Amino acid sequence: MIITSNEKIWRYVLMIGLSLVLLIPLIVGVWVSLLPNNAILTGHYFTSQFTIDNYIQAITATPILRYLLNSLLVSAIVMVGQVVFSVLAAYAFVFIPFKGKQIIFYAFIGTMMLPFESQLIPNFQTLRWLGILNNYAALAIPFFASAFGTFLLRQTFMQVPLALRESAAIEGVGHFRFLYHAVIPYAKTSLFTLAAYSFLTTWNMYLWPLITSYSDNVRTAQIGLRQLQATEAVNSWGLIMASAILIMVPSLVVLLLSQRAFKSGLLDGAVK
Amino acid sequence: MIELQHIKKRYTEQDEAVIKDVTVSITPGEFFVMVGPSGSGKSTILRMIAGLESITGGELLIDGERMNDLPPKSRHLSMVFQNYALYPNMTVSENIVFGLKSRKVDRATQFQRLSDALTMVDLTDFSSRYPRELSGGQRQRVALARSIVSGADIILMDEPLSNLDAQLRESMRYEIKALQRKLGITVIYVTHDQTEAMTMGDRVMILNDGIVQQIGTPIQLYQVPENTFVAKFFGTPKMNVIPGVTDWQNHGVAINTPFDPDALVGIRPQAAHVNQENKDDLAISLWLASMTYIGSDTLLFGTINNRDETVQFKIKGMANLSPQQYVTIYVSREDLYYFDLAGQALATVGV
Amino acid sequence: MDHAFSSANHAVVKHTQLQQKLKTHLAAMGFIAPSAIFLGVFVFYPLVKTVYYSMFLTNALGQPVKFIGLSNYGTLLQDKFFMKSLLTTFIFVFMVTLLTTVSALALAMVTSKHLKGTTLFRTFFASTMGVSVSVASVLWLFIFQPTTGVSDMVLNLLHLPPIHWLTDNTWSLFAVILTVVWMNLGFSFLALTGALENVATPLYEVADIEGVTTWHKFYHITLPQISPTLFFVGTVTMINAFQTFGQVDLLTKGGPNNSTNLIVYQIYKDAFVNLNVGKASTESIVLALLIALVTIAQFKLTEKRVMYQ
Repeated sequence: MIITSNEKIWRYVLMIGLSLVLLIPLIVGVWVSLLPNNAILTGHYFTSQFTIDNYIQAITATPILRYLLNSLLVSAIVMVGQVVFSVLAAYAFVFIPFKGKQIIFYAFIGTMMLPFESQLIPNFQTLRWLGILNNYAALAIPFFASAFGTFLLRQTFMQVPLALRESAAIEGVGHFRFLYHAVIPYAKTSLFTLAAYSFLTTWNMYLWPLITSYSDNVRTAQIGLRQLQATEAVNSWGLIMASAILIMVPSLVVLLLSQRAFKSGLLDGAVK
Repeated sequence: MIELQHIKKRYTEQDEAVIKDVTVSITPGEFFVMVGPSGSGKSTILRMIAGLESITGGELLIDGERMNDLPPKSRHLSMVFQNYALYPNMTVSENIVFGLKSRKVDRATQFQRLSDALTMVDLTDFSSRYPRELSGGQRQRVALARSIVSGADIILMDEPLSNLDAQLRESMRYEIKALQRKLGITVIYVTHDQTEAMTMGDRVMILNDGIVQQIGTPIQLYQVPENTFVAKFFGTPKMNVIPGVTDWQNHGVAINTPFDPDALVGIRPQAAHVNQENKDDLAISLWLASMTYIGSDTLLFGTINNRDETVQFKIKGMANLSPQQYVTIYVSREDLYYFDLAGQALATVGV
Repeated sequence: MDHAFSSANHAVVKHTQLQQKLKTHLAAMGFIAPSAIFLGVFVFYPLVKTVYYSMFLTNALGQPVKFIGLSNYGTLLQDKFFMKSLLTTFIFVFMVTLLTTVSALALAMVTSKHLKGTTLFRTFFASTMGVSVSVASVLWLFIFQPTTGVSDMVLNLLHLPPIHWLTDNTWSLFAVILTVVWMNLGFSFLALTGALENVATPLYEVADIEGVTTWHKFYHITLPQISPTLFFVGTVTMINAFQTFGQVDLLTKGGPNNSTNLIVYQIYKDAFVNLNVGKASTESIVLALLIALVTIAQFKLTEKRVMYQ
């Protein structure tokens, strides 16, 4: 197709303009995180005295690194849990015939429409009863089973060629061997998508960690930032912004690494 | 009248041109076919005529008017695509009149043209179906109706039959051709299929690597190919082209070319016979590797002069030969084609 | 003899068949058990428990004291605070869904042709996907803050009066909407970009040749083709918007004057600040019903608006 030079011009103008508008919060955030405190307090944002003091301050004087570590561990645990649980369930749904499969599957899928809020209070009570509030376990365990993950992997597993299954059946290959040698290699992209997705969702979780973690050695980065904002914001915006940027880095990295997989894996499964 | 004058296409400055220098005039009411292997540039030329690709060099004139920089809609032509390009969310009728609606043609005219077009492609009963409810052939007819209804007197067709099965393709060929005759419109038709080109085209332009190989009627292309590419492109099985050498020993073939030994000789497979018919018939000593009897004819596969490439001949009836040995076959002198070493045809007049 | 033998054989076959079946079922159970048990404990059980709580008066420890049937629901409907929260939530959800879908579509259209640098701009537009709730809120908090905030500085440059985004009733909800839409854009943009790329180019080429206007092309070709994705994006955005919490918590704490008191924030306050588990549970069930309604509506609509081809 021919793109006229007129069209090119207005497209570039729009793309540049909209990028600026959309990126303003991020640009401002990075900019402010590099300013000395007195410049921010007096509103003198346009200065050349950039400094990384805010970052040093954030790392040395606040528990931000601990928060990040907490988030990293919790997200990793949930990621592994979700992938393992979903792989197993999806495998059974696709490759093992059993009675009541449909009903159980719909029960799984049905949970996708339930908002987490409708389970919030009893879950809180369950964990209190187990005595594991304010603990990594409390942040991770409720999310091991994932209806979405099971669904996504089921869709992929169903595309495993019939011939593979049949030859495995003839050779008498056991379930775990078949899963490990045939199904998992086949579904790599989806597994990767699910892993990235569950990592990011857990990393970004807000309400649940807010009510279940209340000391610095458990608190996740999101809640840690809230804590810093509440205690420090009034006069150290530079510090807050530096912390925000630090918290954003891991999720941006995961996102960039998984961009391609996301686009194909997640959307195809969801829309079709 | 559509005139292409030294048309060139290059995608970026650094790239080699994909269309090198095409000049041709297409007369009104002509069924003009552009044929060539994939990547030869035939579709690119069609898209340049349509205005879907920009023209890098040369002039495109329609009825004497320069078209190079006009947008597609101002060129007053229509186009049928390989994948039909029907709007999946519209019914057959809606698909057909969509363009008219955009051009603000009044309702009565719309309706009239729609029903005419539907009758013409025999889809009246299907007018309220959706494309997904139609067969491939029916979809293609909808696409045809859509271009007819536009009232354009030039229709461009880009491999419109290549998604259909062989049988349907054959009947659609006649339908399209008949429709074109009836409406008296100009059709520029792109295909990679030599049979389609031969059966449909009033004139055929054959392309390779963005270069025009020859333009002519199907008969001219078959009988007087200008080079080995054209000679080999038309006709099944394809023409054998072998170097003319003079070595009678060791089962060589002497093809006494009227030019000099450094020429290529082309022999159509079906020109061969097992018995000598004229005294000066060329006798070929063929190492017969294998043979296949296909009912009306027998196909011979083998080599000549110990060369690597396989040649193929087609003998009428059941040939009484046995494979894995040398056999002699004959070809009349007037059935020989001569080419120079670069593959250009050598004049045979007066030989 | 022969007969006896064959029937014994038959019994053996039947026996092993049964065994085989049992084995298969055990295997299936083994594979499904981890997910099933955890879903049971952390989704089904708590859901039932929440419904149960919603029918009780509870004490400050969250224990049910007195069964009152559906009265909690009746009380809620007459609770002005809750009804206001519900209304605010509806306005909020509507605005967020509309603004997100429309702007994401606009962004996707702008980058729909492959020019030099398109990929870079797409990455820019998608970048908000990597921003979490708390980071986004903090960034916007700085923009919205009075006097030294970016918004006020810009308004000042334009000789406009400052806007008290977070402390003015008329602007506070819009401030939260802006923050949420900004965060949502990345994902919706990517989804719609994918959908636009899947529209077959020849459809546009035919239209170009036939002289179809830009608006008609958009309305009759693009929109119908991407409508499944548009629906999907709309629903996901809507469901997420219903569950908005963090932005409220960080930006406004539901204020001023409850003008940003979205339903989840209300649930949070009732459950963990006012310690009224019965009421909070009732509100949660109302939220769950609303979301179920949206999901079912989306299902029905997509079914109707058939997938083309």
